[in-house]
Amino acid sequence: MNWLISFFAWMGEFFGNGENWSGPGGIPMRLLEHLEFSALALLLAVLVAVPLGLVIGHTGRGEVLVVISANLARALPTLGLLVMFVLLLGTASIWPVIIPLVLLSVPPILVNTFEGIKGVDPDLRDAAYGMGLRGGQVLGRVLVPVALPLILLGCRLSAIQVVATTTVAAYTGLGGLGRYVIDGFATKDYAGVVGGSVLIVLFALVVQLLFTLAQRVTVSPGVSRRVNVR
Amino acid sequence: MITFDAVTKRFPDGTVAVDDLTLEAPTGEITVLVGPSGCGKTTSLRMINRMIDASEGKILLDGVPVQSIAPPTLRRGIGYVIQQAGLFPHRKIVDNIATVPYLLGWDRKRARGRAMELLERVGLDAALAGRYPFQLSGGQQQRVGVARALAADPPVLLMDEPFSAVDPVVRTTLQEELLRLQSELNKTIVFVTHDIDEAIKLGDKVAVLRVGGRLAQLAAPKTLLSEPSDDFVREFLGHDRGIRRLQFVSTEGLRLRTDLTVRQGGEGGSSEEPWLLVVDEQGGPVGWIAGARPGELEPFGTFLYGRDSMRSALDAALLSPSGCSVAVDDEGKVVGVATREALDEALAEAADG
Ligand SMILES: Nc1ncnc2c1ncn2[C@@H]1O[C@H](COP(=O)(O)OP(=O)(O)OP(=O)(O)O)[C@@H](O)[C@H]1O
Ligand SMILES: [Mg+2]
Repeated sequence: MNWLISFFAWMGEFFGNGENWSGPGGIPMRLLEHLEFSALALLLAVLVAVPLGLVIGHTGRGEVLVVISANLARALPTLGLLVMFVLLLGTASIWPVIIPLVLLSVPPILVNTFEGIKGVDPDLRDAAYGMGLRGGQVLGRVLVPVALPLILLGCRLSAIQVVATTTVAAYTGLGGLGRYVIDGFATKDYAGVVGGSVLIVLFALVVQLLFTLAQRVTVSPGVSRRVNVR
Repeated sequence: MITFDAVTKRFPDGTVAVDDLTLEAPTGEITVLVGPSGCGKTTSLRMINRMIDASEGKILLDGVPVQSIAPPTLRRGIGYVIQQAGLFPHRKIVDNIATVPYLLGWDRKRARGRAMELLERVGLDAALAGRYPFQLSGGQQQRVGVARALAADPPVLLMDEPFSAVDPVVRTTLQEELLRLQSELNKTIVFVTHDIDEAIKLGDKVAVLRVGGRLAQLAAPKTLLSEPSDDFVREFLGHDRGIRRLQFVSTEGLRLRTDLTVRQGGEGGSSEEPWLLVVDEQGGPVGWIAGARPGELEPFGTFLYGRDSMRSALDAALLSPSGCSVAVDDEGKVVGVATREALDEALAEAADG
C-alpha cells in the first residue's frame, strides 16, 4: 500500500501548494495552454477533414485520399513527426507543434465522416432524391443527420489523441499540462509528475464528457434510437 | 396520362433493361407493371421521374416530355413510394410526411396540418405523428411512405413493390386501403409488382413484361386472364387462371332461392328439401340443418350479394356441407340462397365469357 500513500502525499503536495495555482507556471495557466493547443489543432483538423469527408463520401470521388490518410495515420510515429517539425521550424511559434497535431487528427475524422456518409442506406438516399431533394439538400438534410454519430465519433477519437499528444508536445519546450510531467521527471519532482498526470486524465475525461453531451444534443433521437424522448 | 413512346434503356455495361417499350398509363387509373425478376419493371418506373434517364425514345407526362423538366422539379410533382418506405430516420413522422411541402416552401404550420390530414387518410392514429420511423411497424412505415408521396397532392404516383416487404395479412389490408384511397383521389398510378395476384387485384390495366424489357401484353385484368396473348403470359398467370377469373364475374345476376330458410325455433317441420338454412330474429344466418339429421347445425359461408365476386360465392359454397352459399346484404341479413344448380348455371355462363 506504500505506493498509494505516496501517491496521495504527492497529490497533496502538488495541489496543496499555493504557488502551483498562480503565475505563468500555475495550474490555471497550464490548463488554458493545454486547452488552447488542443482546441486549435482539433478545430483546424475538423475544418479540413469534415468537409473533405462529406464531399468524398457524397460524390464518391477522391476515395484514394481517404485510404492514403488512413494508412499514413497508422504508419506515422507521433513523436517523430513532432520532433521533425520542431527541428524544421524551430520553437519560436506554436505552429511547429500545431501542424503535426492537425496532421494526426485529420485521418480519424476524415475516415469516419467518409464512412458515415458512404454507409447511409442506399434506399434512403434514393428516397431523398426521389422526393425531389437536390444533391446538396440530400447531403445536408438527410446524409449528415444520419451519419452524425460516426462523424462525432471521428472527432472524439481525434480529440482524445490530440489531448494526449499535446502532453508530449511539452518535450519541445511548449507549455501545457505536459510540462509538469516532463519537468517533474527531469527534477525528480514526483509531486509534479503525479499532479500533472492526474490533471491530464481529468482533462481527457472532461473532453469525453463534452462529446457525449454534444452527441446527446445534436443527434436525432430517431437516429440514436433513444425511445423515452418526446 | 403517362406515355412511353418506344423507350429503350441500355445501361453503360450493355444490359438492355427496357427494350422499345410503348405503353400508356391513363389518367386516374392504376396501371400495373408486372413480370419476372429483372424484366425491367423498376427501370421503367424510374425513367418516369428521371431517377434513370432513357437511352432512346420519349416519356411524356400529359404530352410534356419528362426530359424537358429538371429532375428535382419533376420529382416534387410525382409521388414516389419504394419497397422499404425509405423514411428519414432522423425526422418525426409528421415531418417525414411534410417533406415535399417543405421543399415547395410551404410554411411549417400549413405543411404539418396537411401531414396530419394525410396521416388520418392512410388510416394511422394521429398519436404516431410525433414518433420516429424506428418506432413504427413495417406496415405503418409503408403507410407513412404512401402519405409522404401524397403530401403535395401530386397527380401522379409511382409505386415500386410498396407492399412486398410486409406480411401477407398486412399486405392485403394495404392493398385494400390503396384501392379505397384511389377511389377518393383518382390519381394516375403506376404500380410495380412481381406478384400477379396483386397486379390483378389492383390494376385497371396490367402490363406484363418479359425478361429483356419487352412488353408481352397490356390489358385489363379480366382480359388478361381470359385471353393471354401467348404462352409466356399464360405461364406467368399460373395454373388457377380460371378460378381467378371468377374474381371479375359479378354475383349480380346469380339466381337465388328464398324458400330455403326457416326461423330459428321454427324448424322441425317436415320438408322436401335436403338442406334448410336457419336464420335468427334479425334475419342473420345461423347454420344449415340437414333433412336427414335434424337438430344438428352445420357451418355456412356467405357472400355480399351483387358486390362480392363469383369467386367468393363459390368459396362460400365450398365452406358448407350443404354445397350452397348464402347471399347476404350489407347488414348481414340473408337475401337468399345460391344452390349448386344456380352456381353451376352462373359458372357455365362465365366460361362462355
Ligand atoms: N445500374 C444498372 N447497371 C446495369 N444493369 C442494371 C442496372 N440496373 C438494373 N440493371 C439490369 O437491368 C435489368 C432490369 O432491372 P430492373 O431493376 O428494372 O428489374 P425489375 O424488373 O425491377 O426486377 P425485380 O423484380 O427483381 O425488382 C436487370 O437485368 C438488371 O440486372
Ligand atoms: Mg424492381
